Amino acid sequence: MNDITQGLLAALRLIVTFDAELWEISLRSLKVSLTAVTIASAVAMPFGAFLAVQRFKYRRLVISIMNALMGLPPVVVGLIFYILLSRSGPFGVFGLLFTPWAMIIVQIVIITPLIASISHQAMRELWAEYHDLLISLNTSKWQRIKTLVWDGRRNLLTAGLAGFGRAIGEVGAIMIVGGNIENATRVLTTAIALETGKGDFALALGLGFVLIGLALFVNILIHWLSRTEREGRW
Amino acid sequence: MFPLNLVDLSVRRRGKLVLGPIDLVIDQGGPTMVIGPNGSGKTTLLRVMHGIERISEGAADWAKPDHANHSYVFQSPVVLRRSVAENLSYPLHLVKFTKLEINAAVEYWIERIGLGKVANRSAACLSGGERQKLAIARALIRGPEVLFLDEPCSNLDGQSTREIETLLLETAIAGTRVIMATHDMGQARRLAADVIFMKSGRIAETGLAPVVFNAPKTPDLQAFLKGDILE
Repeated sequence: MNDITQGLLAALRLIVTFDAELWEISLRSLKVSLTAVTIASAVAMPFGAFLAVQRFKYRRLVISIMNALMGLPPVVVGLIFYILLSRSGPFGVFGLLFTPWAMIIVQIVIITPLIASISHQAMRELWAEYHDLLISLNTSKWQRIKTLVWDGRRNLLTAGLAGFGRAIGEVGAIMIVGGNIENATRVLTTAIALETGKGDFALALGLGFVLIGLALFVNILIHWLSRTEREGRW
Repeated sequence: MFPLNLVDLSVRRRGKLVLGPIDLVIDQGGPTMVIGPNGSGKTTLLRVMHGIERISEGAADWAKPDHANHSYVFQSPVVLRRSVAENLSYPLHLVKFTKLEINAAVEYWIERIGLGKVANRSAACLSGGERQKLAIARALIRGPEVLFLDEPCSNLDGQSTREIETLLLETAIAGTRVIMATHDMGQARRLAADVIFMKSGRIAETGLAPVVFNAPKTPDLQAFLKGDILE
């Protein structure tokens, strides 16, 4: 209990004193996670809608694989991308290892199946509702996907936020490919792991509370901006 | 566009015959009421004519095929998760009307169906009758030559039914070919110029409304008009 109180106090102190390092790693956490969510959403949401409207031979298999990939172990993803991005690896020439971009790439890989799966679920329900109308209006496949994505945007927001939650709380993969380098790739989760390793539980907890606060703030902000739950029916 | 020829047409679902074999010619005129007991194939027949039902055998050929020239209103109105005005403008956006044309058409139809005051409200907030009027206006906004309606007034109150019937009669007078399924015989008598009576997936009798209603030939139609239960 004492540790938690101290953690809360440490978090307050860090925030009130505008601790420069805290701001830097918090902003980096946000930047990495939001970039990953944006890119992953741009791919995963239309893909989820595509799977809802398009029938093809191995559709069920693709959906099963996509759902299974939601449980992808981040440490393994981190390890694979470490090998791929290291100097001797096939993508070593790009010099991405131990940069924020390496962290963004692994986060995209981890959260894309999650966002696609939740999006697919939401789009499937909407497609069942819209199917007859959109077929009757002779819409093209692309027009159907666009309509579903637009009209289901609030459900898709949930998918995006689930992806954001997973991304900002992720530590294993980004520790491996990012390296937790001070002023370069250190983010809140890797900083917490570092402080815990050093035995500074109060600071680790303090950073943990900041991380939770940040995740809550982004969720509430996005819900507020998108006017979710304001209208009675949708 | 006319006539529409249905030639030896059948529809099977999972091997079971649900419609046909049917031979029918639909020409200009109407409104045409498709009547018959539940499960007689009225909806399937309309869907086949509109081209959204897979045909198992035979053919349904329009003289000049143009899917964009006919619209369909479903029994349970499908409203998009958008505002009333956006629901109306949706079909126009699909075929790239100009913004000016879209605004003018939406303004005209929204006033015509009496939903001007709720133009920017979510369509989900509308009552059943208002939703159905919105669905009909959305189907008419592109000025189709043919309008198919599948029991558009089922579960609606008297006033909404009257408003929709008036709208449909005006539409028919304006030149749109109205083909509608209904199990409400009063409505069929009020609207029909000609009638198609269906039983067990087949057309049992067709003809001009006064003839069909006053001198039905088949025992099934006689029983149906008397209000007997048909199996």
